[in-house]
Amino acid sequence: MSDSVDADEVEHVADLARVDLDNEERARFADQFGDILEHFEALEEVPEVEAEPDLVNVMRSDEVEQSLSQEEALRNADDSEDGRFKGPKVS
Amino acid sequence: MSLNAYITEDEIEGSEDGPLAGKTVAVKDNISTAGVRTTCGSKMLEEYVPPYDATVVERLKEAGATIPGKTNMDEFGMGTTTETSYFGATKNPVDEDYVPGGSSGGSAAAVAAGDADLALGTDTGGSIRCPAAFCGVVGIKPTYGLVSRYGLVAYANSLEQIGPIAPTVEDAAALLDVVAGPDENDGTTREEGADTDFANAADGDVDGLTIGVPTELVEGAEDAVVETFDATIDDLREQGATIEEVSLPSAEYAVAAYYVIAMSEASSNLARFDGVRYGNSGGYEGNWNESFSDARSEGFGDEVKRRILLGTYALSAGYHDKYYKQAQEARAWVKQDFDEAFEDVDVLASPTMPILPPELGESLDDPLKMYLADANTTPVNLANLPAISVPAGEADGLPIGLQLVGPAFGEETIINAAAAVEN
Repeated sequence: MSDSVDADEVEHVADLARVDLDNEERARFADQFGDILEHFEALEEVPEVEAEPDLVNVMRSDEVEQSLSQEEALRNADDSEDGRFKGPKVS
Repeated sequence: MSLNAYITEDEIEGSEDGPLAGKTVAVKDNISTAGVRTTCGSKMLEEYVPPYDATVVERLKEAGATIPGKTNMDEFGMGTTTETSYFGATKNPVDEDYVPGGSSGGSAAAVAAGDADLALGTDTGGSIRCPAAFCGVVGIKPTYGLVSRYGLVAYANSLEQIGPIAPTVEDAAALLDVVAGPDENDGTTREEGADTDFANAADGDVDGLTIGVPTELVEGAEDAVVETFDATIDDLREQGATIEEVSLPSAEYAVAAYYVIAMSEASSNLARFDGVRYGNSGGYEGNWNESFSDARSEGFGDEVKRRILLGTYALSAGYHDKYYKQAQEARAWVKQDFDEAFEDVDVLASPTMPILPPELGESLDDPLKMYLADANTTPVNLANLPAISVPAGEADGLPIGLQLVGPAFGEETIINAAAAVEN
């Protein structure tokens, strides 16, 4: 039971991931994803494993510390206004 | 001709004294350097200048190292050849028609060519060990939590570690001593990394050591690689090691599990690149979803797009259980397999890479084939274990690396055994 992928499905995922693709990329990725997903499907054979994850929460005290200045934080931004990041229009 | 090992050659001076005084340490370009651009090999970050140093960079400077520049890499660490870099491929100094391996190809090439004494790379699924093997140098992927990832631009956080690349095992161990240790800015670092003395462990005394050879990690390798591997194992036996065959039945699922997990984490981690706070914005107008999609499409190369899309797919409704959940099961199984193996043996040995270095331009058309080359390195990241690649010989004039894997925080054991391979 293989999940072959067509160009429309690639476009749907690209939309979710906010990556614009052209027609050539959609077609090429659809091809390659078919092969790659077929390989991933072998994971269905993997048995359930009983494992105790050795994970612990790591906390630190919530104290005010020195951080980047506003100027430093904005230095890599393409656009800013009144000390804030400026992005594209939301609507 | 230049090897194209560096993306940026801006010298960063360290303090005057320290264990690395007088040494140059090249730093992979996904590790933040304050005031020196850090591109991740991507157009997306072509002009990004970090406002702070990664913890490992602070430690290099405190130890007296000079950083000669930032090394070339597969874009965001996604590749096995350093050919996915936006800044062009790096050449293998051993033979310039061949790739240096990846993704830390610039770091390994710089060390192999003598352009840097030492280097830092990062290893998410083999990205230190592969280029070390292909360039004929030593590379260590530390136990997860030994080295701080603060200031490392994330690709797949649960898998990756920063580690050393050096001409010898002892030099690599000494560099690991400098960068290892807990860091309050990385909650996944562990006390085991404090006050290490790995450099002193590079004795090469394998008398009484038991080395396990997982058959699954040898069977799939090219003949020339297996011949060199077998000869090195024979040599270790002559030096007093006991060799045992072991089995890791989960290993055949490691590449699939690794790529599903790494791509899923990448799709989430790389969501931050929208061109607003940093990175390529393209200056697009209009609806914000469309401007972000345009900026990201322009900023990311093919392999990065592929992994973001496949990761988004693997996490999407209807496919999550089939891919992501099963990949986590496989990860637990791989860990269990290694734990069982280490009940009987001290270290595990295999070829680092099942293939010789490919020629430049040979690998990019078939992504799945490139992924499968990571068969021997990815299980180690899935199990959070330490591993080292050490030169074992050559075939057709191209280097072959031997990988030694140890139990968690067993760096001293693999460093000692690797020094015996150098003997």
